Amino acid sequence: MIAKSLISITDFTKDEYLKIMSLAEDFEANPNQKLLQGKVIATLFFEPSTRTRLSFETAINRLGGKIIGFSDSSSSSVSKGETLHDTIKMVSNYADMIIMRHPLEGSARYASEVSSVPVINAGDGANQHPSQTLLDMYSIIKTQGSLDNVNLFMVGDLKYGRTVHSLLMAMLQFKDPIFNFIAPPELAMPNEYKILLTSKGIRYFEHTEFTDIINAADIIYMTRVQKERFIDPVEYEKVKNIYILRNSMLKNTKENMRILHPLPRINEIHTDVDSNPKAYYFTQAKNGVYTRMAIIAHLLNLK
Amino acid sequence: MEKHLKVSAIKDGTVIDHIPTKALFKVIKILKLEECSQMVTFGNNLDSQAMGTKAIIKIANRFFADEEVNKIALVAPHAKLNTIRDYEVIEKRVVETPTEIRGIVRCFNPSCITNSENIPTRFEVLNDKPIAMKCFYCEKITNENEMVFF
Repeated sequence: MIAKSLISITDFTKDEYLKIMSLAEDFEANPNQKLLQGKVIATLFFEPSTRTRLSFETAINRLGGKIIGFSDSSSSSVSKGETLHDTIKMVSNYADMIIMRHPLEGSARYASEVSSVPVINAGDGANQHPSQTLLDMYSIIKTQGSLDNVNLFMVGDLKYGRTVHSLLMAMLQFKDPIFNFIAPPELAMPNEYKILLTSKGIRYFEHTEFTDIINAADIIYMTRVQKERFIDPVEYEKVKNIYILRNSMLKNTKENMRILHPLPRINEIHTDVDSNPKAYYFTQAKNGVYTRMAIIAHLLNLK
Repeated sequence: MEKHLKVSAIKDGTVIDHIPTKALFKVIKILKLEECSQMVTFGNNLDSQAMGTKAIIKIANRFFADEEVNKIALVAPHAKLNTIRDYEVIEKRVVETPTEIRGIVRCFNPSCITNSENIPTRFEVLNDKPIAMKCFYCEKITNENEMVFF
């Protein structure tokens, strides 16, 4: 039997999303539950990602588990030319679960086929990073009380940003979301997602600039506009300052509105926003620990 | 009028007709006919009313299951299969694009794990004309004009 893994956000059903939300809430209330006592979890980071690794390792420690692994491939046998297949085969003999990040897309899906224990994808290149989406959803449910009827504004790089695509796919499972996309034409939401929204009768609106429309938002999900995404550097120079959120823009936004960002932030949220109670991105990162505890507990049937 | 067969008839076996001329050698490769020990004859650039020119392959004493032959739909979507017994056509089939493709085609995404490790590719066919298929691993879509065969 193949162990249940989490590779793409669409691997989970709506019921599983809700179970993760409820478990995360439970772990937030009682963070030190020794459910992983006597278990070994492997964190295999074939490329460095300090934030994600520390979040997962905090989750494992809070659950009382032991950690084996590496934080970049130079300190593993990959540097000697070992294949991913062999690394996963070996580690799945040692550990009860594998959490992996790898620069190649599809590597986590492949690992889940090879492994005899559950695999959590902590990012496979530009493809998927499902625990990020689940922590985004937990942040939405915590601040809005529900995942239904959310007016979600996505800002910045909507073309390449895997977090916005995954969040969009997950929110489709819930009642009446409204999407507003704010991006330069070069980084607009890909057509395949817009076609999908239209086919499901879900409302979406596209904008190229921040305006008063953000006053209707329940969630503003900020992402970074990266210079290297532009073929013409002049185009980048033109738009680089358009997508910066400043405190002065939040004056007439809704009371319940919260600002999310997958982090790291560069300059797309001005530091003057940080002290505004609507800034939620650092709490969002903290929510990541509880959400990851929930994912681990769910996949190992501990709760 | 006297009629000559450009590719000689077979007593028993399979005739694959209406292959685009450019796809002939791809079809031979996909069906692994270079490993076939039976008599294989083929013709290319033959006149065709429907296609202008076409290719045809005749394989003696070989019969194909649907899933085996449907693999050629990627390169010869209008190909027709005739099963021959004692010089008579006893069955005619049209190839159909399968819902899943394993092996045969590379994933066009250079960052896909299948282009780095020795893993057979696997795609879900999203659209058949033109072909669009989603990689089971990296989830990127390979389109007809991006298909590269192994």
